[in-house]
Amino acid sequence: MEQMDVIDGGFAAPVFDAQTVFRAVMDAMARPGTIQPVVGLTQPPAPLSATAGAVALTLCDHDTPLWLDAGLQVSTARSWIAFHAGAPLAATPADAHFALVASPANMISVENFAQGTQEYPDRSTTLVLQVESLTEGTPLHLEGPGIETSATIAPTPLPRHFVEQWKQNGARFPRGVDVILAAPDAVACLPRTTRIKTMEA
Amino acid sequence: MYVAVKGGEAAIANAHRLLADRRRGDRSVPALRIDQIVEQLALGVDRVMSEGSLYDRELAALAIMQSRGDLIEAIFLVRAYRTTLPRFGYTRPIDTAAMQVERRVSATYKDLPGGQLLGPTFDYTHRLLDPELANDPAIAEPEQREGDGQRMARVSEILAHEGLIEADGELPEDHLTGDITREPLEFPMERDIRLQALSRGDEGFLLALGYSTQRGYGRSHPFVGEVRIGEVELELDVPELPFPVTLGRIRVTECQMVNQFKGSAKAPPQFTRGYGLVFGQSERKAMAMSLCDRALRAGELGEDITAPAQDEEFVISHSDNVQATGFVEHLKLPHYVDFQAELDLVRRMRSEHDKRNQSNETEQREAAE
Amino acid sequence: MSTPATDIATYNFAYLDEQTKRMIRRAILKGIAIPGYQVPFASREMPMPYGWGTGGVQVTAAIIGPDDVLKVIDQGADDTTNAVSIRAFFQKVADVAVTTETAKATIIQTRHRIPEHPLTGGQTLVYQVPIPEPLRFLEPRETETRKMHALEEYGLMHVKLYEDIARHGRIATTYAYPVKVEGRYVMDPSPTPKFDNPKMHMSPALQLFGAGREKRIYAVPPFTKVVSLDFEDHPFEIQTFDQPCALCGAEQVYLDEVILDDKGGHMFVCSDTDHCETRQACGHRGHLSPDILETAR
Repeated sequence: MEQMDVIDGGFAAPVFDAQTVFRAVMDAMARPGTIQPVVGLTQPPAPLSATAGAVALTLCDHDTPLWLDAGLQVSTARSWIAFHAGAPLAATPADAHFALVASPANMISVENFAQGTQEYPDRSTTLVLQVESLTEGTPLHLEGPGIETSATIAPTPLPRHFVEQWKQNGARFPRGVDVILAAPDAVACLPRTTRIKTMEA
Repeated sequence: MYVAVKGGEAAIANAHRLLADRRRGDRSVPALRIDQIVEQLALGVDRVMSEGSLYDRELAALAIMQSRGDLIEAIFLVRAYRTTLPRFGYTRPIDTAAMQVERRVSATYKDLPGGQLLGPTFDYTHRLLDPELANDPAIAEPEQREGDGQRMARVSEILAHEGLIEADGELPEDHLTGDITREPLEFPMERDIRLQALSRGDEGFLLALGYSTQRGYGRSHPFVGEVRIGEVELELDVPELPFPVTLGRIRVTECQMVNQFKGSAKAPPQFTRGYGLVFGQSERKAMAMSLCDRALRAGELGEDITAPAQDEEFVISHSDNVQATGFVEHLKLPHYVDFQAELDLVRRMRSEHDKRNQSNETEQREAAE
Repeated sequence: MSTPATDIATYNFAYLDEQTKRMIRRAILKGIAIPGYQVPFASREMPMPYGWGTGGVQVTAAIIGPDDVLKVIDQGADDTTNAVSIRAFFQKVADVAVTTETAKATIIQTRHRIPEHPLTGGQTLVYQVPIPEPLRFLEPRETETRKMHALEEYGLMHVKLYEDIARHGRIATTYAYPVKVEGRYVMDPSPTPKFDNPKMHMSPALQLFGAGREKRIYAVPPFTKVVSLDFEDHPFEIQTFDQPCALCGAEQVYLDEVILDDKGGHMFVCSDTDHCETRQACGHRGHLSPDILETAR
């Protein structure tokens, strides 16, 4: 049974599914605060979500060391990712090209991940946070490249002190991490350039 | 009346038809066959394999046929095909000491274990055109020497006994061999990456650079430790098997250049080495490569970097002939939008210049009056 | 796995293998996240020469899908031979719908121009870039220019531009005119005439740049500040033309000079062929348009 969980649930049409998911992520990264639909293209084992699984299969492979949060580490999802994406596990969060976080509320702090260097700011970790919703959390007002005036999303759950952590992330620019928020049926992104303006109580 | 030019598609199709016609040439002359190219233009095939980074004689021959004998175009064809090939694995490093040697010469010793072996070389041919060849004369079978196929120690191993030559380079245990066809270049680079770039590099470019070191632009006191040509076995480690699997044999040319070295803050006096390794039989390329390799080690050995051949970024950035020919030849693409911008600027600057001259002349005339 | 047409069975959809696409897609995301920064990528050897759009082709191949509508222009024209060739390539390997109409395209691959018709939110403009490094002509070494970008040390560029002013009375750069993106990275806009620079600023479209031979990808997200470098006493100016397009009468567009005879006769027409044709279809006429000449006869 468990072995089937590992082997099943990948993309049905790898070429076109990956392209569809990538365009959603690309549009979300280019237009922070917009919500881009991604509909159930993978069925990974819990606790990995269908959307986070699809993002992982779209972007990760042998060349991208992956960091998994505690819940994913001990789950069948770990083998599922290894089987479908072939991505090696990163020794430390600072070695990770991507981090999959099933439980954002318990995430280690952002500064533990690779931030890139001043010469190569692209060598940083992209965090994929599994959220339950992009509209039902505390509203975040966003500004920066990709946003004409301002945009709002309300993802939940988020890492502790996220707004403060994000401010510090922005202060490291051009170094810093980027975030892909994977909701049950959509993605939204926070590239390092996005500023979270205010957070309403 | 002006009508915008249309019909790019038809023009391209017609150009391709004409090209196909010219490639084939006079139809009353029998068409070349792939096997004829493989057998009789073997060194051209070898160069295409070497700089195309793909060991396949038939494909290289096909590329030569398709490119009408333009070897850089043939290399380009092979490279573009190579990109689409899936990778099954990485072979073990080849062991050139275990080579089935066909030719081996050393300039540093009169004689050495295994001997000097001239092999199929142009070296002592008198370069007199041979009209007889046009009549396909009968060619005698070659002589075979007794004891061929013996393991032949490399000259570097012989010198190593005395401790007078640097050891093979070392990389950290966990170092994965780089691949410039899968990763972007980054300067400065490790020697493995650099050697790959040189091995794919343009023969003419490396030849000229190697030559420049001999003429004093980064002199390195080279001696040919040895050049050897022959076949080596390719072995692949398969995780499920306790022993490596032999995939077959490839022909390579290896050159070990031995260079006198007075020593520096970084290294003791000893002989240093430049290394060249290419697919097929190409002594010129392997030797030029080893000269360039040695020149590019200037920084590592604490030598001053003063000459073009020692400048890694300069050499590696410009050694790829497919890149070079693409960018040079792209100048024939339309640039009229940018040219219009320049035309406008030059016209305006010219008219200002003329105005200035005119008013200067007027002033001078007035002053004179 | 389904493929849309049997004749592309020998190649993967859009030519590139999936691993290569993933690698390029990752670079694109980093480029978008760091506007104007040149992301190194493992550019592949494409079946067309370096310098002929291999970077743009790889970017397009990595993003394109069966629902896209592709437009390819070179010098602003859809029918220049290299544009025709690249368009045909994607028709062959991706079986994708193509158009010459700017407004209908979802992806526009371009060399040397930005279309005159304003781009919209759903569009991606893919630039072919020969030399992505704006500092390259001042400092040929990648090791040095990388440091300059890291330290945001762009003094050399300002010195060069100011030397122009001192010598020529103006900045003598007419194309590939450097820009600063979102107040941080100095970026090469590719060899578009500086006339097009203002179109990059706060564009609703996503702009992606691919340099195949130099192995760099960079991006300008939508609604991003793109400012042409200048000086207070010498503000940036774009080219102006003394006359409208001779065929469609358009003003404030970039014009090509067309030589009519060997006695110096010439006329100016829109470089953006789609723009010109669309205007003519709507009844706009220039002073040398065929109808006008016909009536005058």
